[in-house]
Amino acid sequence: MNAISTTISRLGGVTLLPVALAALAFVLIGQPSSWVTLTVAGLAMGMMIFLMASGLSLIFGLMDVLNFGHSAFVSFGAFVAASVLAALGSWVTGGSAALNALALLAAIGAATAFGAVGGWFFERVIVKPVYRDHLRQILITMGALIVAEQLILAVWGGAPVAVPRPAFLAGSIVIGDVAVETYRIFAFALGLGVYLVMHYALNRTRIGLLIRAGVENREMVEALGFRIDRLFVAVFMAGSALAAMGGAMWAGYQGLITPAIGPEMMILVFIVVIIGGLGSIEGSLLGAILVGLLANYVAFLAPKLSLASNMLLMMAILLWRPYGLKPAIKG
Amino acid sequence: MTDDLPSAPPRSVPVGRLAVYAIVGLIGLALTFAPFLFPDVRAQEVAARICIFVVLVASYDLLIGYTGIVSFAHTMFFGLGAYGTAMALKAMGPGFDAILLGGGAGVLAALVLAVLIGLLSLRVKAIFFAMVTLAAASVMLVLASQLSDLTGGEDGMTYEVPRLFSAATKLLTDADGKTLRLFGVALNGKIAAYYFVFLSSLALFVLMLRIVGSPLGTVLMAIRENEMRAEAIGYRVVAYRTAIFCIAAVIAALAGVLRAVWLKYVGPDVALSFAIMIDILLMVVIGGMGTMVGAVIGVVVMSLAQFYLKDLMEVGAAATADLPLLPDLLNPDRWLLWLGVLFILLVYFFPAGVAGTLMGKGARK
Repeated sequence: MNAISTTISRLGGVTLLPVALAALAFVLIGQPSSWVTLTVAGLAMGMMIFLMASGLSLIFGLMDVLNFGHSAFVSFGAFVAASVLAALGSWVTGGSAALNALALLAAIGAATAFGAVGGWFFERVIVKPVYRDHLRQILITMGALIVAEQLILAVWGGAPVAVPRPAFLAGSIVIGDVAVETYRIFAFALGLGVYLVMHYALNRTRIGLLIRAGVENREMVEALGFRIDRLFVAVFMAGSALAAMGGAMWAGYQGLITPAIGPEMMILVFIVVIIGGLGSIEGSLLGAILVGLLANYVAFLAPKLSLASNMLLMMAILLWRPYGLKPAIKG
Repeated sequence: MTDDLPSAPPRSVPVGRLAVYAIVGLIGLALTFAPFLFPDVRAQEVAARICIFVVLVASYDLLIGYTGIVSFAHTMFFGLGAYGTAMALKAMGPGFDAILLGGGAGVLAALVLAVLIGLLSLRVKAIFFAMVTLAAASVMLVLASQLSDLTGGEDGMTYEVPRLFSAATKLLTDADGKTLRLFGVALNGKIAAYYFVFLSSLALFVLMLRIVGSPLGTVLMAIRENEMRAEAIGYRVVAYRTAIFCIAAVIAALAGVLRAVWLKYVGPDVALSFAIMIDILLMVVIGGMGTMVGAVIGVVVMSLAQFYLKDLMEVGAAATADLPLLPDLLNPDRWLLWLGVLFILLVYFFPAGVAGTLMGKGARK
């Protein structure tokens, strides 16, 4: 028994969970081609959720602030991206791949920039006065969420908005009898890229060192003479920008968005953050991929259970590891 | 001897406290005689809604105000009570046995879920608990809309309530065999339904006042103020938290039963949606966390605001129709926007809410 657990932990411990899940699903589904399609869809979805969840998790880890208004940035990102894509019109649908890519870049960039600016405003005005008071934090960010959602309704209206997808990402690649949507590959690549950048920034740069130190022990960092409040703003902006980027990607994936997009994703994001453990990027990635895979497999095997399955996953993991799979801080 | 003692300081009159009790007393009186004071149908709906929400909001205050637990699953329990009653009434036909059985099942389900959630996650940080309850509530909402065979899905379901509560029932008849009128109001089944809701709500509210005043309430407040110290004194914090979470869940489910009986309709919008959770949150904070009477004030203020703020905004939107964006912001559908802003300002500047702030005035002298 002991030997087995040592072997498992040497191979990667909890990071093996998605692999185990995929293997189990392979047995249950039976058809390799559908399994590959579902797995790719799950990975892509997981990566998009990761974008949204990592920001939330990082903000919580460093600042001890759970931002219930985080989903507002997801919604804003989605709508800003949709507006930019709609405004660029012929660039998006035209034949030139370069113009397509430029339009997509502009849309994601605009959403991310909006998220960063919104995050700055949010941190300064909404969150700063209530640091270290959890109850009021929850209430304030909840209030801000209400206001932000209403603002979206006021600006974009309640009707669904169509999001044009850039032509070069519209099709799918066929390998054998397996068809993989190009957009999913793009989403996966972007998510992976962001993860690598974050991983590098956190582990190899001076800012990352300070952030990790702040997660570990905030007072000590302050005592050593670093301006932790600047770090707070920076992390908050980065987290919100990531949420907006995730929202923009999700908008393109869905093709049709409503103001409910934020709250809908937020449930998944919360589940991911709880599963992964608050404050850790690796945990968020692991949780996001688990949730994405499970959502797609269950949607195929038992459609009615789709959302409940993630809830059950969360319950099971909480029973097993009350602080999540890879917590950065001990609760 | 007695002359040497310093004379007692002049007794200060707690003006704020008196004012709060006077307001609550007035509201109570108004609700007691609501069918006679406001005979039109719409006002009766509002009065019944206020009764039910007072119970719901007060039970939420047990958690957030008295114990310092932030839960987003309160509508889930409310919905369980309402849906249980509705399903039983639909399946078994109108009768008190159906209400008893369905309501009982709903309350039991709420209790079991509360125990599970409580034991599973009340031992961790407040923030974690808030997230877990939010996720649980969202799943319940999805389940209710997906299991449409049982719950009627997004449309909800309508059903009959016992004959005693229907408008055609004559409670008392005069000499001609017609429904007796008192102060010009027909004593029909609608009155019976209202007083069923009112008296049940009153009983639950008094029960909660009793809980708050009991030693249990004192322990809860101790936990809110300093968890570590409460634990050190020897109170088992997790047990107490789970207990009050269960009590609040049961009371919320009972409020749900009342809602189902009064409305003769249950759907996600009236019993389960996240909008109700936000309403509850706004009501608790506006009224004043940690004061039972605050719940009454918060509910009344919000309910009236929901009607009158919209009218005011309509005027505003019409006046600014030529300007860009402003009419959209002042659109009556956007009333929640302004309540949200008000909510944020309240949390910043008056975290004690209306009741708490007024009461504090008197006490501080």
